[in-house]
Amino acid sequence: MSSTRAQPDAYQEFIKGLWRDNPVFVQVLGMCPMLAVTNSATNALAMGGATFFVLVASSFLVSSLKQWIPKQVRISTYIIIIATFVTVTDFTLAALVPEIHKELGAFIPLIVANCMILGRQEAFASRNSVRLAVVDALGMASGFLFALFALGSVREILGEGAFFGLDLFGSDFEPWVIMILPPGGFLTLGLLLLFFSWIRERKEKLAQQLAETEAELR
Amino acid sequence: MNDLVWIFVSALLINNFVLAYFLGLCPFLGVSGRLETSFRLGLATIFVMLITALCAWFLNTYILVHAPYLRLISFIVVIASTVQFIEMVIKKLSPALFKALGIFLPLITTNCAILGLAIFSTNKGYGLAQGMIYALGAGLGFTLALVLMAGLREESELAPVPRLMRGTAMNLIIAGILSMAFMGFAGLFSAA
Repeated sequence: MSSTRAQPDAYQEFIKGLWRDNPVFVQVLGMCPMLAVTNSATNALAMGGATFFVLVASSFLVSSLKQWIPKQVRISTYIIIIATFVTVTDFTLAALVPEIHKELGAFIPLIVANCMILGRQEAFASRNSVRLAVVDALGMASGFLFALFALGSVREILGEGAFFGLDLFGSDFEPWVIMILPPGGFLTLGLLLLFFSWIRERKEKLAQQLAETEAELR
Repeated sequence: MNDLVWIFVSALLINNFVLAYFLGLCPFLGVSGRLETSFRLGLATIFVMLITALCAWFLNTYILVHAPYLRLISFIVVIASTVQFIEMVIKKLSPALFKALGIFLPLITTNCAILGLAIFSTNKGYGLAQGMIYALGAGLGFTLALVLMAGLREESELAPVPRLMRGTAMNLIIAGILSMAFMGFAGLFSAA
């Protein structure tokens, strides 16, 4: 019985992170490391991937160990667990893809300070089963990855006229250099937030109109 | 000497932690609603950053030479516990100072600007004096950005802005324009 009931639950937890409670566009968490490295789609994917691994691994460990973590020191324990995985990621990236690691630089260790990761441990992983915690982490991490990728793509396409380093518009295009510089990060995220809240508002309005017409028809 | 001045100005204006490195954005967007609060948060940040620089220098010189892979964990643990300890001392010695800065200390300790400061000054190989000057510049730069932002936000509260724009979206765009203005400082030391 549990499997038939748990299936939609797990699916809901996953979708929640990807869209409805998207950590970046809805909750506006974890901005510190994300704006700095999203000046190209490749960097954004690398950063998103690193965060993905750290979040899923820490959620798994925290939810498996939750009985043995004393309440008083739980936050410090979570931070140490997260820091361990970030160190692992840092050294792995340095060994496998040195160029990307060099470009991301100090922002890989700064994943530790991403409040989204600690938030998931405190709000979800420490209170739920291992399976649900991992699904929730997968959803949140995918949502974060999606947001980083969107931001990185917009900034690279406008700022360099390229996508993953491939030239898109030919030599006539004058790149908007500002987009790959720091101000472009703020502007792009601000406009994307605006865009997503506009979509949400439109959806709500449509639903309301639908309800009203249905009420009238009756 | 010239070197120290350069480190200070670079951290304060050219490579401003908030507007060029995006560090400490959570308090930057969360606490910049009122001018007075953000000024006090800035002071608390300068204070924690100076402690951080001291801790980072100590760890780098005496401990991490032997175990570099412990860098991240030891930074976090040592900085957080030192700040907590000093918080207790201040509470005992000067309740007035504690009242002014105290509530912000736990908020700042796990902040990426603090950890970023420790990591950046390690990567740049700064000594004690350089590290302290760097921390002072970065802290003052953070305060400057925060106070500017709070001033702008207090004004924009009164402006007729579309409802959808209000909140984070508009604050980010204001921050983007501020950041553009700060890019002007990049020319300051181009000759050097």
